[in-house]
Amino acid sequence: MNVLKRYRLRLRRKRWRLRAMRKRHELSAVSDRTSLIRPGQILVFSTFRNEDVRLPHFLRYYRDLGVDHFLMVDNGSDDGGREYLAGQPDVSLWTTEASYKRARFGVDWLNGLQSRYGHGHWCLVVDPDELLVYPFCDTRPLQALTDWLDASSIKAFGAMLLDMYPKGPIDEAVYRRDDDPLTVASWFDAGNYMISRNWRFGNLWIQGGPRARVFFPDKPARAPALNKIPLVKWKRHYAYDSSTHNLLPRGLNLVYDEWGGEKASGVLLHTKFLNSFTTKAEEELKRRQHYAGSHEYRAYAATLKDNPDLWCRWSEKYINWRQLEVLGLMSKGNWA
Amino acid sequence: MTPVLGVVMLVHTAFDRAEQVIRHWVSGGCPVVVHVDANVPARVYAIFAARLSDLEMVKFSRRHRCEWGTWGIVAATQSAAELLLSSWPGLRNVYLASGACLPLRPIEELQDYLNDRPGTDFIESVTTADVHWTVGGLSEERFTLRFPFSWRRHRRLFDTYVRLQRRTGLVRKIPDGIDPHMGSQWWCLTRRTLTAILTDPDRPRLERYFRKVWIPDESYFQTLARRYSHRIESRSLTLTKFDFQGKPHIFYDDHIPLLRRSDCFVARKIWPRAEELYQAFLGPTSYGAQISEPNPGKIDRLFSKAVERRTKGRPGLYMQSRFPNEGWENGLTSSPYSVFQGFTELFEDFEPWLARTTGARVHGHLFAPTRVEFEDGQPVFAGGLSDSTALRDYHPRMFLTNLIWNTRGEHQCFQFGPRDSQKVIWDIAKDSHARVSVISGGWAVPLFRSDLDFAELRAEAARLQKIEAEHLNVLRSYYAKARIRIWSMAEFLEEPMENLQQVIAEIAAKGSVRIAEAPRLRDLSGFGQFLQQLRNQGMQPHLIGEFPVNPPSDTTAPPRRKPYLVR
Repeated sequence: MNVLKRYRLRLRRKRWRLRAMRKRHELSAVSDRTSLIRPGQILVFSTFRNEDVRLPHFLRYYRDLGVDHFLMVDNGSDDGGREYLAGQPDVSLWTTEASYKRARFGVDWLNGLQSRYGHGHWCLVVDPDELLVYPFCDTRPLQALTDWLDASSIKAFGAMLLDMYPKGPIDEAVYRRDDDPLTVASWFDAGNYMISRNWRFGNLWIQGGPRARVFFPDKPARAPALNKIPLVKWKRHYAYDSSTHNLLPRGLNLVYDEWGGEKASGVLLHTKFLNSFTTKAEEELKRRQHYAGSHEYRAYAATLKDNPDLWCRWSEKYINWRQLEVLGLMSKGNWA
Repeated sequence: MTPVLGVVMLVHTAFDRAEQVIRHWVSGGCPVVVHVDANVPARVYAIFAARLSDLEMVKFSRRHRCEWGTWGIVAATQSAAELLLSSWPGLRNVYLASGACLPLRPIEELQDYLNDRPGTDFIESVTTADVHWTVGGLSEERFTLRFPFSWRRHRRLFDTYVRLQRRTGLVRKIPDGIDPHMGSQWWCLTRRTLTAILTDPDRPRLERYFRKVWIPDESYFQTLARRYSHRIESRSLTLTKFDFQGKPHIFYDDHIPLLRRSDCFVARKIWPRAEELYQAFLGPTSYGAQISEPNPGKIDRLFSKAVERRTKGRPGLYMQSRFPNEGWENGLTSSPYSVFQGFTELFEDFEPWLARTTGARVHGHLFAPTRVEFEDGQPVFAGGLSDSTALRDYHPRMFLTNLIWNTRGEHQCFQFGPRDSQKVIWDIAKDSHARVSVISGGWAVPLFRSDLDFAELRAEAARLQKIEAEHLNVLRSYYAKARIRIWSMAEFLEEPMENLQQVIAEIAAKGSVRIAEAPRLRDLSGFGQFLQQLRNQGMQPHLIGEFPVNPPSDTTAPPRRKPYLVR
């Protein structure tokens, strides 16, 4: 990587930071409880739109892991989710009607909040339909992980997106508010992921899973990226580049080992495919607020007409993190 | 009862846990001298000291600044040990512990254990030549180089200065009477040995030397104990495991059963928030009064496995946190598999026959141009692999590695040929797990049996031969690591059963497989003339070998022969 390229990335990072600062004005605080944040606490950053049904379980899941504070951005919800969150004692909430697309799919908003409130904290950036699983998550709280990462001088922790789906047509997977979505969408693809390296940013680019298998079998290059780096010991000058797929400075993207070993990693269980998905996909297609001309949502809509079944006889049923470890989807690395 | 075992405890963080452990030592009858790192703010120190003021058996020693790898830690230990020995003249043993150390067995058991071994110093002490655990290559050089720069704060200066000294050959002289030894920082010494070290008339000179040794807390006492001790047990009573970067592993609540079974006296390091773990070992204990030897074997295995996973990883696995550079895969795939080229062309029922004979998983042409031919024509296979050629060709290498990884424990066989997508040939050739068997020229048989126009046929034959020739070059290249057998079709047909037997023996999931039945050879009568016709049209089918124009009857006859046994 030559000096010029490096300098370009530096400029790019500065640009994202400036942009984040500018976009901060689009946010108006609904309930600002950031004065409760203490040094060393673990923070969740999230942006959402009409996710009221998922929010109670989302909060409970991460509270149980030991998350101390949630910083949430509501993008024009009208389903009561905003009001629900405003009443939660450990949530700071902002709202905006501005364009999701022009905030680079929410990244600008969160970069802004993170540089303001996240500095020096372990920050977890997840969507309401993403549940973090890490090694020993059933016996050790999230802080055990972040303390270990600190002690090992590791600044970023990778957790790839694992699409979960129900058995049977998506429309029939009925999810009720407050339920555990994994009881409905409990299946996943264990071993059809394709990885290549993004030399410019130093991150891995992972595609595959049921979305590539069912929605993009003919255009694999367009299948959505599954690599994510959601947990970072944040510094003011960091910036997410494209969603949580990669960050700048690029050294943070090296969450994998290049010499044959395995670094510790987790998985984000992605519970997108529930009965709510069909209506959501239609709505998102109309709003045209998604990545690359929403081609992803166009592909969904095309296939969803037939109410597909993502399940196949080789699907795996989710049990726990150890199962994912054995399957090679995540690793304990040298944490024991 | 006058105390016989005293504790020196070095504390710099997690003061509530330190207090808990100090109270535990004291309740077991051990006086404790606490050293608090001088980097800790005075206010925090004052609160901590005040909380322990009710205990007469606890004293605080003069504070030193402790930075990892520097002399401060030794100075702290010296001050605290001096205070401990002078305050409790009856002590026979001194245990060095940290705030993150946790006694696993009742203190009385430790005292009994030491009483049974009077005059023994428990200190790991190994000569520099025998040390294997040092990270970063500094073992003997710890004693011969100078380290004026902080490793933590000025890493680059540290490294540069070390390199400079190596290059210039400027080394320190090791003082007389010193035989450098290293070992775990955590020891349990007798009063005799410790007093001898602390009151050595030579101490100022030795100190001057050790102040500039790298990580003196792992060498000062370890070296000097050799000078004075009468009986050294070269092991630490504190269970402490290090990871591949030389940092101690941390224990959590889920390690309780493991720690119980270890029978070790003290463990470090404990995660300060491991509430259940502290409860389990500092609460009222149900431990029997047996005096068993510490047995850290189980824990050793657990942690050495963790180190191996971090450094070597699982061969054949490519995932979000393991993506080796070319050549560092430690095995391109996870287990052996077989690739057959030209066999289905030659034998009518090769695939079902192979499956019956070997019990392996037999696929068709996985890299076929129209669809991925998984076993029984399944649209999806293990792990969710799709039969879409676009997905496969998007990343052929990962298609292969995924397939082999997803079917660990089975042997995969698949057909290959010049009609297939060739992108994967280098990966297979370079993979030591691949067993590649090629009957070159096999592609000619379907052409021979087809009713294509002869001009088209000739062009197709030339195309396939060219592709296969390139593939064979790859297989014969210097880089190929696969187990490779190549026959020309004519060669193969000279001894078909013997050749098949060789190929089958390689798969041999069940040991030595004997062929009980032969696959049916296709009818090749007229094949020789077909080849001659190709030649007459100006093409040279050289990969097929010397096939007679009018072959002797037995090569065309096999279908009508009775299957026979080969040993």
